[in-house]
Amino acid sequence: MGHVQRIFYFHMGTVWVATIAFIIVFIGSIQYLRKQSRFWDILAYSSAEIGVLFISLTIITGSIWAKPVWGTWWTWDPQLTTTFILWILYVVYMILRSTAGNDERRARFAAVFGIIAFLDLPLVYVSARLMRGISPVVFGPGGGGIDPKMMIALTVTLIAFTLLFILLLKQRVDIEKMKDIIASLKSEGAL
Amino acid sequence: MKQIWAIVFKDIITELRSKELVTSMLTFAILILIIFNIAFNLSTELIRFAAPAILWVSFTFAGVLGLSRSFAIENEGNSIVGLLLTPVDRTLIYFGKMIGNLIFVLIVEILVIPLFVLFFNENLFSNIISLTLIIVLGTIGFVSVGTLLSAIAINTKLREVLLPILLFPIIIPVIASSVKLTASILEGNSINFSDSALQVLVSFDIIFIAASAVIFEFVLDES
Repeated sequence: MGHVQRIFYFHMGTVWVATIAFIIVFIGSIQYLRKQSRFWDILAYSSAEIGVLFISLTIITGSIWAKPVWGTWWTWDPQLTTTFILWILYVVYMILRSTAGNDERRARFAAVFGIIAFLDLPLVYVSARLMRGISPVVFGPGGGGIDPKMMIALTVTLIAFTLLFILLLKQRVDIEKMKDIIASLKSEGAL
Repeated sequence: MKQIWAIVFKDIITELRSKELVTSMLTFAILILIIFNIAFNLSTELIRFAAPAILWVSFTFAGVLGLSRSFAIENEGNSIVGLLLTPVDRTLIYFGKMIGNLIFVLIVEILVIPLFVLFFNENLFSNIISLTLIIVLGTIGFVSVGTLLSAIAINTKLREVLLPILLFPIIIPVIASSVKLTASILEGNSINFSDSALQVLVSFDIIFIAASAVIFEFVLDES
């Protein structure tokens, strides 16, 4: 494969982050509906924002890798289809948030959609395998055995990306909290 | 249980008076069939190949129309307030609305099938019992989540327009498995209960009826 193989590490990193982000959106959504606390809403929203970014990066890096290796930018195999649907679910989540009006309603509706979307994705993956007949299941860059040195590089990458995710999440949550404080100061000042 | 049927009955009476849901859904479904007829420029093999897809596209698109109108009607008369005032468990409201929607969509689908046979000269009646089962399971699939999501969509800035955006990604497993099963039935195979497509469809129905019923109370606005 040559040098293009190195994209594999970034690609696995981004898809890993997109997945954790999706799980956090799910947990945040459930907790918001149970506790009605603004913190969980902020957490879910921030995680979704990061998730959109990283799933987009996943698709882009995957495409870049695919062209020289598979000869095509895109294919409809189960993994890619599911990744694409995950991207769509993230985007729809953001659209829902932007059209839902006031804070409390927006948080509730987004939480509901977050839960539904998370429950849906495994079924999407299974049904994607039903479609297009039985195409050769190209597992992905990993294929069969992975060289132990590559395994180490991969593990380091995943740990690094996880730390990156935690950092971005914390920053984003802090920004939202600051926005809230400013908003409440403004309304106090106006009084 | 009686409360569920009370809600269903109310919706049916409303519909019998105005007939707006079934007529608009049916018209839309027919128009979709016509457009596909023209667009595919009809060779017989193409039709045989595309029939399940065309059928489910017209069912889903027409169904979404009915789903969004169903809650919009509640909003217009402000009857949602009336519903919320009754000492009824919110989950029962969900089941009431869902069953009502299901009935209307199924009526439209029953009417569409003979029309499909007419327009496309394609015999759908060969395996009618299996076909009916799949259509019912698939419809339950998108109506179950659709009822929940349309309650959300109505209360946003985009209103009904948001429902397709919310619903279509979620019901991909329903469409994929229903189309696959319909195609298999039209080829003459009977339904095998170990068929993975059938398992996906049934799992989807169970999971999403349960999830929607539980979450529904968070979606109803008290305002």
